[in-house]
Amino acid sequence: MERHFEADLQTVRERLLAMGGVAESMIRQSVQALVGRDESQVQAVLAHEEQMDLLCIEIDDRCFTLLALQAPLASDLRFLVGGIKINSDLERIADQAVSIALRAQGLITQPEVKPLIDIPRMATLAQDMVRQSLDAFVRRDAELARRVIEADDEVDSLRDQVFRELLVYMMADTATIPRALALILISRHLERIADHATNIAEDVIYIVRGEDVRERGDKELRKGLRIAAH
Amino acid sequence: MADGILVKQLNAWFGAAHVLKDIDLSVTPGGLTAIIGPSGCGKSTFVRCLNRMHEVIPGARATGTVLLEGDDLYAQDPVVIRRRVGMVFQKANPFPTMSVFDNAVAGIRLAGVRNRARLREAAERALRQAALWDEVKDQLGRSGASLSGGQQQRLCIARALAVEPSVLLMDEPCSALDPIATAKIEELMLDLRRHLTIVIVTHNMQQAARVSEWTAFFLMGELIEMGVTKELFTTPRDSRTEAYITGRFG
Amino acid sequence: MTTRGRHVKSAAIGGLTAVAALVVVTPLLLVFGFLLYQGAAAVNLDFFTHLPKPVGEVGGGMANAIVGSLILLALAAALGLPLGILGGMYLAESQDRRLPLILRFLADVLNGVPSIVIGIFAYTVLVLPMRRFSALAGGFALAVIMVPIVLRTTEEMLRLVPRTLREAGLGLGLSRWKVAVRVVLPTARAGIVTGVMVSIARVAGETAPLLFTAFGNRFWHGGLDQPIAALPLQIFAYAIAPYDDWHRQAWAGALVLIGLVFVVSLAARVATRGRYSAAR
Repeated sequence: MERHFEADLQTVRERLLAMGGVAESMIRQSVQALVGRDESQVQAVLAHEEQMDLLCIEIDDRCFTLLALQAPLASDLRFLVGGIKINSDLERIADQAVSIALRAQGLITQPEVKPLIDIPRMATLAQDMVRQSLDAFVRRDAELARRVIEADDEVDSLRDQVFRELLVYMMADTATIPRALALILISRHLERIADHATNIAEDVIYIVRGEDVRERGDKELRKGLRIAAH
Repeated sequence: MADGILVKQLNAWFGAAHVLKDIDLSVTPGGLTAIIGPSGCGKSTFVRCLNRMHEVIPGARATGTVLLEGDDLYAQDPVVIRRRVGMVFQKANPFPTMSVFDNAVAGIRLAGVRNRARLREAAERALRQAALWDEVKDQLGRSGASLSGGQQQRLCIARALAVEPSVLLMDEPCSALDPIATAKIEELMLDLRRHLTIVIVTHNMQQAARVSEWTAFFLMGELIEMGVTKELFTTPRDSRTEAYITGRFG
Repeated sequence: MTTRGRHVKSAAIGGLTAVAALVVVTPLLLVFGFLLYQGAAAVNLDFFTHLPKPVGEVGGGMANAIVGSLILLALAAALGLPLGILGGMYLAESQDRRLPLILRFLADVLNGVPSIVIGIFAYTVLVLPMRRFSALAGGFALAVIMVPIVLRTTEEMLRLVPRTLREAGLGLGLSRWKVAVRVVLPTARAGIVTGVMVSIARVAGETAPLLFTAFGNRFWHGGLDQPIAALPLQIFAYAIAPYDDWHRQAWAGALVLIGLVFVVSLAARVATRGRYSAAR
């Protein structure tokens, strides 16, 4: 029996996907503003921010309404609660992208500190993680979500690498400190984006399996739990 | 074709008991309006005043104005009114001496329609609208009372729909049914609105939340609050509404 | 109380009710058995086809009385049933306060009036003005006896139909009388038929009112405005006569009378069975 409720759930799903798509664009555009020294990309990111805020409010309202009026249970309940959390993470991702864009805006007119390799790599990874976590959400694929969670390690180590390299440059030439600091902060933003994508993946596992796999100790413990669960 | 209803200063009595007090409310055409409230609050009485079934009970009377698309219901022949405003009751009441087919067309056949082709067409249309056609189409000659509870209630809905009313009143239609039968009828309600105005009385708040677009809360004969369902259930304006919805009383 | 004690008590009551049922059925069986024993010998084809023989002669039958009883029952039904059923419908459906109360009381009183008094009434109303005894007068008297029975049972049966069915009919936009005739009446059909049969069984055996209305006839009746033979009258006449042959024929007549009522009841049940009986 086709439920009218199903149509409402599908709408929430679609809106979250739309939001994810915009978030991905914002990440790409913000780093493009840095790498391509492109002011127009900064403006594009800022324009998207408003769109994201509206989507965020809309999705929260939809989920809230469905929770209030339909009193959902089991998988429907997990879906809506997970949906609200994913909504929040996507909104934070958007905020981080805006921060990157604004810092990039400050760097456009200044000379380069060093060729950018790791930061674009981090951006690509972060984008992939966001896209894959949302794919996992649509396809209800807990396995894909798990891989997203594991990919976070690489982003973390890239952030550390960026820091160490720029530290060398800063010690060599103190004039580069403001620009290097900006780059370090951009790498921090990208790492935070990856963390949020990881949160989304954890929410997906909760929705699909009802398991709460959030960090409860160190990463090794988390890995152990994941291996045990299989 | 769905009609709207405007109620002004409706009062109703059972003998000396004043059971509805100065009710002013408006039912939106093509929408689904739910009436909720604790037992004895007057919600059934209210709905029965909309098709003048209230006055059928000895000693019962009502005053006030009820306008159906501008027509004053209390100035017309009640029999005519009841063809425009149909009703489904709490306990399914198919006519026991009639078959499924006869029950479905009872309203129009007993009103004088004889043409067999018209009756067959009306029966199929009404049974399809009531989501019962597929289950009974090969057994239209079965006794109406031999169906399951949920099917009987859908048969009563079909019977009411066959008369082609513009408003359908449903007085706790699912309270005697199991959850699956209830879910089927709720889906049916959602499908029926738009080309029909539906008013449903229910003591099940979750049901009102699931299916209705507007909800009115009655308490001790008075209309306490009425609003868009989502708002009434998430941010009610009156503290009594909030107390009832959250289960803090009765 | 112990479980064993409960079982004993339950069995005792069960046994008691079975005995009570037996006690009720036994007289019926005894009467019927006795009639069969006494009358079966005299029931033959002649009995059904011949007229009574002149006094003193052996043989003959009660053909005219059998036909006469049937005619009187038909007349009584034609007059009494419509009045009784319509009256019962009025009492059940009316929302008036006073008139139904009065009617009901009068019907109950009429029910208790001795049948011979009703016979006298019919005599005064029909026989005297017509200056003759007649089948019409007999039928009229029987109808007067039938009406209160049919009226009250019809009303009771109609009242048993749940209010929700009436509401369903009214809710469809049907007028009250249409609901009463097309919804309520068919639903109560079985019960009403039972009431009708009870009344027919009652009047089929009435003798007193027929004494001075139908009067009886040794031959075929000449028309409905003429005296007519009837089984109870004939049985009465033969039973008090001094002839053995007539005594035997009286027993046979009684047997045939009961058989007649039985057949009429059966026919009524079969003829009015609906495709679906109302669940009760």
